[in-house]
Amino acid sequence: MMKPQNARGVPLKDEDLKVGKVLTTEWRVKADYAWDCGIAIGRYFDGLKEGKILATRCRRCRRTVVPPRIFCEWCFKPMDEWVEVRDTGRVNTFSVSYFSWDMTPLEKPEVPAVIEIDGCSPGVGFMHLLGEVGDNLDEILRRVKVGMKVRAVWKPADQRTGAITDILYFKPEEE
Amino acid sequence: MERVAVLGAGMTRFMRRAQETGKELAWEAARMALDEAGLTLKDIECVALVSAPDAFDGVHMKGEYLADGAGATRKPFMRSFVGGGSGVFAIIHGWYHVASGHFDTCLVVAEEKMSSTMPHPQAAFNTIYDQFTERPLGVNLLWIFALEMNRYMQVHKIPLETIAQVSVKNKLNGLDHPCHQEGITPGPDLTVKDVLDSEIMVWPVHRLMVSPVTDGAAALVLASERVAKRMTDKPVWIEGVGWHLDSSYWTNRDLYYPKYVEYAARMAYRMAGITDPRKEIHVVEPYDPFAYKELHHLEGLLLADKGEAPRLLEKGVFNRDGDLPSCPSGGLLGVGNPIAAAGTMKVAEIFWQLRGEAGARQVARPVKRGLAQAWGDLMQVGTVVVLGR
Repeated sequence: MMKPQNARGVPLKDEDLKVGKVLTTEWRVKADYAWDCGIAIGRYFDGLKEGKILATRCRRCRRTVVPPRIFCEWCFKPMDEWVEVRDTGRVNTFSVSYFSWDMTPLEKPEVPAVIEIDGCSPGVGFMHLLGEVGDNLDEILRRVKVGMKVRAVWKPADQRTGAITDILYFKPEEE
Repeated sequence: MERVAVLGAGMTRFMRRAQETGKELAWEAARMALDEAGLTLKDIECVALVSAPDAFDGVHMKGEYLADGAGATRKPFMRSFVGGGSGVFAIIHGWYHVASGHFDTCLVVAEEKMSSTMPHPQAAFNTIYDQFTERPLGVNLLWIFALEMNRYMQVHKIPLETIAQVSVKNKLNGLDHPCHQEGITPGPDLTVKDVLDSEIMVWPVHRLMVSPVTDGAAALVLASERVAKRMTDKPVWIEGVGWHLDSSYWTNRDLYYPKYVEYAARMAYRMAGITDPRKEIHVVEPYDPFAYKELHHLEGLLLADKGEAPRLLEKGVFNRDGDLPSCPSGGLLGVGNPIAAAGTMKVAEIFWQLRGEAGARQVARPVKRGLAQAWGDLMQVGTVVVLGR
């Protein structure tokens, strides 16, 4: 006898809801948030506003990290110092997204990537977008390679707000 | 520490949109597990429940909301949650209750109803990203999978065709599972080409490499040795459990290898006395919400060397008639992915495989020990259980 036997459940189609074949009760949540950026990310964003990428360093673990934090999660001691790292790095991995945040199809794909930041410990970086790399998959796959060098493209200084989006994207950099 | 047995397993059909509420789904799965165990609710001393974020349901205190349907009224009750890893965390959490000697029986219930967020749970998913440094970039959930998949493929030079083979294997396996989600497999003659021809969502992820949004529930009945020996001639024992969490700073670690899955597996193997998992594990249900994840996890579970799982897949090792059948149920790609319930479905599959009750899904080789694994959060948690008879 094959298990599971006689499993239950009534599958519905979206259509069933639309035509009122089954009843629904609707509710819309309205929830706005304002997060304090905290000590480490607050200072990080101050740096971005000035066109600098700031990292924190743990001397005990010999590690320089972004996004910065005030504590080292390895040795659980306070970080020793703040250091300015470069606004260049290398592509650790990337993808090509045809959908927006709410799954709306995109005409022109976005290119999210993890970028290892020069001046941080090996393999340490953050996620951002790549730009100036083409408008379609073929072009993007021709131009973007894991390991390639990239440089931050910043918003004009007077338009920066102290946010991750003060960097517009990273673009390929000649070796 | 008391020995703990699994006495019964149950589940609902997996559906894109179930008419049943979460409570009703939980009750259906729990009832099947109790029936199979030959017990009733009054024999159950405590209840362990898992369910994913409250935001899916728009119901805060979802554990308490579900409790009546999960059989927890006026009983010791505890809910745990580690994202997608919850389904296997559920049995670990239930195991504690009985292994501690506090309880002789525990009903483990995993429920997920993802269809209530309209039109799609994507906005709820996006809140897993860091609110300061990541969400303002316009993230969607597929990004992290696409980034991890590409890293894994680049490091080991894995062709996309090989990853597509996972989808074909699991989706065809799923056709034999009575609970598989309608339409999850385009047809019985699905090919690698069909998978590669399916829409690119977030390259390198194609639509047929992603598990769907699903409503469903699964449940298990656990018992102490004292109760198990009275109830059944063929108990299935929990031989090992393991779990491990890595850093939320996911861009500070190399995604090509799930170290935290390895640590979880090592913990479970040590408890089970397993020294050579490739010989001592006979059937495996690694977590497969995306096609590459099955291979990635088989490596983390030490069931293949780093970068070797794609080659073993090509050789047929992971087929139902292979040396190490993997996802014989069809997995999340072939049955469905109601987040927390999906992992518990995998534990149920190993239970049925060990009892020889998987019917058309029963693997060819004899099986005395199997493993189920789940994974989740921000690509950071591994949960593992080893069952044996």
